[in-house]
Amino acid sequence: MNEKTFKPDLSVNLAGIALDNPILAASGPFGYGHEYRELIDFKDLGGIIVKGISPEPWAGNPPPRVTETPSGMLNAIGLQNPGLEKFLAEDLPQLRGSGPRLVVNVVGCSLEEYAEVASGLEGAEGIDGLELNISCPNVKAGGMAFGTDPDATRRVVEAVRRRTGLPLLVKLSPNVTSIVAIARAAEAAGADGISLINTLGGMLIDTGQKKPLLGNVFGGLSGPAIMPVALKMVWEVAGAVKIPVLGMGGITSADDALQFIMAGARAVAIGTGLFYDPDLPAQIKTGLIEYLKQENLTHLGQLEGAARL
Amino acid sequence: MLLNENTRAKYQAEICPVLDNRVVSPGYHRIQLQAPAIARTVEPGQFVQVFMPSRHSQMLPRPFSVYRADPAAGELTLLLEVKGRGTALLAEVSAGAALKLLGPLGRGFPSPPPHSLLVAGGMGIVPLAFLAASTGAPGTLIYCARTAGLLVCPRPELDRPGLSIIEATDDGSRGEQGTAADLLSRRIEGAGAVFACGPRLMLAAVKKICRRAGVKAWFSLEERMACGIGACLGCAVATTGGYRRVCRDGPVFPAEEVILDE
Ligand SMILES: Cc1cc2nc3c(=O)[nH]c(=O)nc-3n(C[C@H](O)[C@H](O)[C@H](O)COP(=O)(O)OP(=O)(O)OC[C@H]3O[C@@H](n4cnc5c(N)ncnc54)[C@H](O)[C@@H]3O)c2cc1C
Ligand SMILES: Cc1cc2nc3c(=O)[nH]c(=O)nc-3n(C[C@H](O)[C@H](O)[C@H](O)COP(=O)(O)O)c2cc1C
Ligand code: FES
Repeated sequence: MNEKTFKPDLSVNLAGIALDNPILAASGPFGYGHEYRELIDFKDLGGIIVKGISPEPWAGNPPPRVTETPSGMLNAIGLQNPGLEKFLAEDLPQLRGSGPRLVVNVVGCSLEEYAEVASGLEGAEGIDGLELNISCPNVKAGGMAFGTDPDATRRVVEAVRRRTGLPLLVKLSPNVTSIVAIARAAEAAGADGISLINTLGGMLIDTGQKKPLLGNVFGGLSGPAIMPVALKMVWEVAGAVKIPVLGMGGITSADDALQFIMAGARAVAIGTGLFYDPDLPAQIKTGLIEYLKQENLTHLGQLEGAARL
Repeated sequence: MLLNENTRAKYQAEICPVLDNRVVSPGYHRIQLQAPAIARTVEPGQFVQVFMPSRHSQMLPRPFSVYRADPAAGELTLLLEVKGRGTALLAEVSAGAALKLLGPLGRGFPSPPPHSLLVAGGMGIVPLAFLAASTGAPGTLIYCARTAGLLVCPRPELDRPGLSIIEATDDGSRGEQGTAADLLSRRIEGAGAVFACGPRLMLAAVKKICRRAGVKAWFSLEERMACGIGACLGCAVATTGGYRRVCRDGPVFPAEEVILDE
C-alpha cells in the first residue's frame, strides 16, 4: 500500500445515520453544542447527541448537581431542558449545518410525552436521528423507569416508532438485572440501534453537614470508573442484537474507544471525558487513524467486534 | 452594567507556563502564570478553569477566580486554598511547568460607582482584590474572616491609593472584631453599591443589610462545576428567574436575584 496516499476511512453507518467518524458527543455534557463551538473543531465529531428534550420545559434538580468521585463524577441535573418548542425555535437553527450529524435525545414522563416529542421533531430540518432516553421515571406507572422493564421498553419504543421515520436509537440504563432482555425488547419494538450505557445510580454523603451531597440525593455515575462495566454491557448487547450499537461510558482515550469498537460497537460517544479535556475528540480521531495505519487496515469497520472473533 | 445576555462570550484554552508558585500562608498558594490571551481580556469577577497537570489524573478542571491580571506582561495570578485532591495537585506545580487554562469565563462585576463597599469573606477576597485594583475610585474594602490566620491575602498586594481597607475577624485576633455584617451595617449609609464574595451565610446577611438600606449589591457565587462554559447545567443556583448557571450567567449576580435559603 502506498504510504503517502493511505488514509484510513473512519466513516461508519450507525443505524442509518452516516457518520464521517465514529465519535459522538454524548447527550447531556455537551448541552446543545453552542458553548463548545468556540472551543473545539466540530469536524472532529461525527455526531452530536443533544441534551434530552421533553414536550414542556423541565426546571431540573436543586443544587448541588455535580460532584467529582474517584475517576468519575456524579450528576443529578434532572434533565433540565427548554422544552420542544424552544429547542426547535432557538437551539436547532444554530446547530443545523454545523457539520456533525445531529441526534436528538428524547425524554418524557409518559408514553404520550415521548410520542409527542417524536412527532414534533418529525420533519424538522437538520435532524438526523433520535435517541430515546428510557431511563426516565414513568410517572403514570409509579415512577419506575421505562428502561428497567422489557415490557415497558417495548411499549415506549413502539409508541415512538409509530411517530417517526428517523433512525431511532434506544439508550439503555445499566441499572437493570438483564440489559440483554431490555435490548432485545427495544430491537423487537423497532429500534434501529442501541445506545449504551447511561449513568449508574449512585450517591455521596457530606459528613460535615450530615446530609446527601447532591440536592437530588441520588445521581448518576459516569467517567472512567464505569468504563469496564459499560464495556461488558456493550459486549453482551452487541452479541445479542442484530442492530448496531453505540457504545459509551468512561471513554477518555483512543484506546478506550477502540475497546468499545472491538467489543462490537459501531460508534462511540464521549461525555465526562470532554470535561477532562475538550481536545478529546481530536485526540481520539488521531489515535484511531494511527492505529488503523499501524494495523494496515483501510476501514474502521474492519475492527467492529474484532475482539469477539 | 452586566454584559448583554446575547454577548458571545470569548474564551479559549491556553497552555500557560508557570512563572512562580509560592506559599502565602500554610495551605494557600499564589500561582503566577504566563497567559497572554486570557490576561488581555479578563475582567474582575471572571474566572478560569484550570485543568489537572497530568491527563492521567482523570479529574475535572477546577474553577478559580482571577486574582490579578497584567495585560501588558501577559501575566495572570491565582490565589488558591488547598482543599482536596485537585487543589493539592495544583499546589505542587513548580515554575517551569505549564498548566492548561480555559478562560476568561463567566460574567464579571459591573464597574463600581463612587463610594462602593467591597465585602470579602475569607477566599472571597480573590475577585474583589482584582476589582479593587481595576477601578479608579475603589472605595472601601471590608476584608473579614473567622480568625487572623484566614486573612491570607498579602496586605501589600491589596494596598492602593484611594482604597481604604478594613480588616476584621470574628474573634478579634486581627483588625476590628466582628462579622462582615457587623462592619457593613455600620458603613452602609450613603454607599454607592456593595460588591461581595464569601460564604453563603455572609452573603445572606449582606443581602438583608443592603435591601434594608436600599443599596444595590452584587454577589460573586460559587458552585461545583464540570464544563465551566454553560453546556452541562451542572452549576445551577436558584434565582428569582429560576435555576441559572454560575459559570455562564454568573458568577456575579445582582443580589436581589439570588435565593440563598435565607
Ligand atoms: C467561580 C469560582 C471561583 C473560585 N475561586 C477560587 C479562588 O480564587 N481560590 C480558591 O482557592 N478557590 C476558589 N474556588 C473554589 C475552588 O474551585 C474549590 O475549592 C476547588 O475546586 C476544590 O477542589 P479540590 O479538588 O481541592 O477539592 P475537593 O476534594 O473536590 O473538595 C473539597 C471541598 O471543596 C469544595 N468544592 C469542591 N469543588 C468546588 C467548586 N467547584 N466550587 C466551590 N467549592 C468546591 C467542596 O465544598 C469540598 O468539600 C472557586 C470556585 C468557583 C466556582
Ligand atoms: C452532566 C451529565 C448530563 C447528562 N445528561 C444526559 C441526558 O440529558 N440524557 C441522557 O440520555 N444521558 C445523559 N447523560 C449520560 C451520558 O450521555 C452518558 O450516557 C454517560 O455519562 C456515560 O458516558 P461518559 O462516562 O462518557 O460520561 C449525562 C451525563 C452527564 C455527566
Ligand atoms: S459547569 Fe457546566 S454549565 Fe456551569
